[in-house]
Amino acid sequence: MLEVKNLSKSFDKLCVLKDINFTVEKGEVVAVIGPSGSGKSTLLRCVNQLEKAGGGEINVCGINMMHTNEKGKAVFADTKTLREIRLKTGLVFQNFNLFPHMTVLRNITEAPTLVLKKSKAEAREHAIELLRKMGLEAKADAYPSELSGGQQQRVSIARALALDPEILFFDEPTSALDPELTGEILKVIKELANDGMTMVIVTHEMAFAHDVADKVIFMEGGYIVDEGTPEHLFGDNASDRLKQFLQRFNQH
Amino acid sequence: MTGEQIETLFGLMLEYTIPTLKIFCFTLLYSIPLGMVVALLKMCKIKPISWLTNIYILIMRGTPLLLQLIVAQYSVPYILKSDACPAFLHALLDGVDIRSETYTFNMMLFAFVLNYAAYFAEIFRGGIESIPRGQYEAAGALGLNRTQTFFRIILPQVIRRVLPASSNEIITLVKDTSLASAIPYMEIMYIAKKQVPTYASLLPLFMAGLFYFAFAMVLTLLLSLIEKSLDPMWRRNVKTLRKGIFRRGNA
Repeated sequence: MLEVKNLSKSFDKLCVLKDINFTVEKGEVVAVIGPSGSGKSTLLRCVNQLEKAGGGEINVCGINMMHTNEKGKAVFADTKTLREIRLKTGLVFQNFNLFPHMTVLRNITEAPTLVLKKSKAEAREHAIELLRKMGLEAKADAYPSELSGGQQQRVSIARALALDPEILFFDEPTSALDPELTGEILKVIKELANDGMTMVIVTHEMAFAHDVADKVIFMEGGYIVDEGTPEHLFGDNASDRLKQFLQRFNQH
Repeated sequence: MTGEQIETLFGLMLEYTIPTLKIFCFTLLYSIPLGMVVALLKMCKIKPISWLTNIYILIMRGTPLLLQLIVAQYSVPYILKSDACPAFLHALLDGVDIRSETYTFNMMLFAFVLNYAAYFAEIFRGGIESIPRGQYEAAGALGLNRTQTFFRIILPQVIRRVLPASSNEIITLVKDTSLASAIPYMEIMYIAKKQVPTYASLLPLFMAGLFYFAFAMVLTLLLSLIEKSLDPMWRRNVKTLRKGIFRRGNA
């Protein structure tokens, strides 16, 4: 479903991703954890074409997005292929990034009508179904500014799902929320996991990662330091560095 | 002053509101689109273009509009006389009658438009740059292309954000049109000043003041109405209200 090989990325001279290798299988839920500045978000942004990776290879659903040629230069697929890949991936942001001038319903229907050329009625029907799933069907005509943070994030999840992505990425979906509101988002993600949605979640919610992920990736300093099942990573066999990180995390 | 005199004066003043309105309308008509272009040029990634645009904006905002109006009006003969004048300018300006009314008006409009475009450009640039990057990223992640992102996601938000500052400029322009009287161009301010000794009264000035005030008030109302109508929540609430009244009326 997703295949990342030797991925590297630097901003000017600062190297933020080094030799990243991992795969995500269909239906798998992968949690990416690690301290701030470890490159988790950059990794997600590279895979979602918001940043250009400096080297390595990314394949999404068997389509090559970028690779490094013999001269060591990153080569990206053509615009059409990149767009095709974009439609197979969905991204949920930390700050929701809903469109403030559109109602909740239009936030969700805009992309399906513009990009997938769905009819208005069809897009609307799907959007309402998604809103019902998120417990927000009553908010279809509300504007984002009239919603709580948790509700906004649920709308943005519905918006991403409206394009029927094969794989859904979450970039710290609960970091901008009050602690009381994180629960409702985690519940939604858990439901999606039960439905068999393939997901990659960058998160600071360790208990949640342990609970819902099939695989956990621990990143630090731009490297993947440890990787495995939650039982392995949160158990006694984890690397010392990860234990140290989790310990410090539990203290806070 | 007799009532008859006042009536004649009022008629005369009213007649000269038309040139004032002409300056106002044509300046807006040209300076707003030009301002958009200038804003885009200033944000251009090619540095020399951005720098040159910035110099233009600095000059327009850093010197008096009155000076710009006078320079535009009287510089052409001096330019034509100068040895440094390029041939194409000669060819372009040779047949122009600098005493004609059209020439006076066009050169004046030229200065007004260039000046106001610089102000509008800075407002528009501020508006575009104030849209968070996340909006572009969200649109991109949803597969919208650059045109769709600009027209569907960015522009509607920019328009709402630049409207208050633009309204300010528009209302300032109402009063700035009076600078044309110094060229001189015969608009309401010019005629008011001229009538003071004739009638030995301040009434012409008072009438001119009243005209500017009324014009500015009407615009203020109009612009605040536009501002409100662009607020989606306000629009929705009005719609619901109307529906409610309609239902009650039927029942």
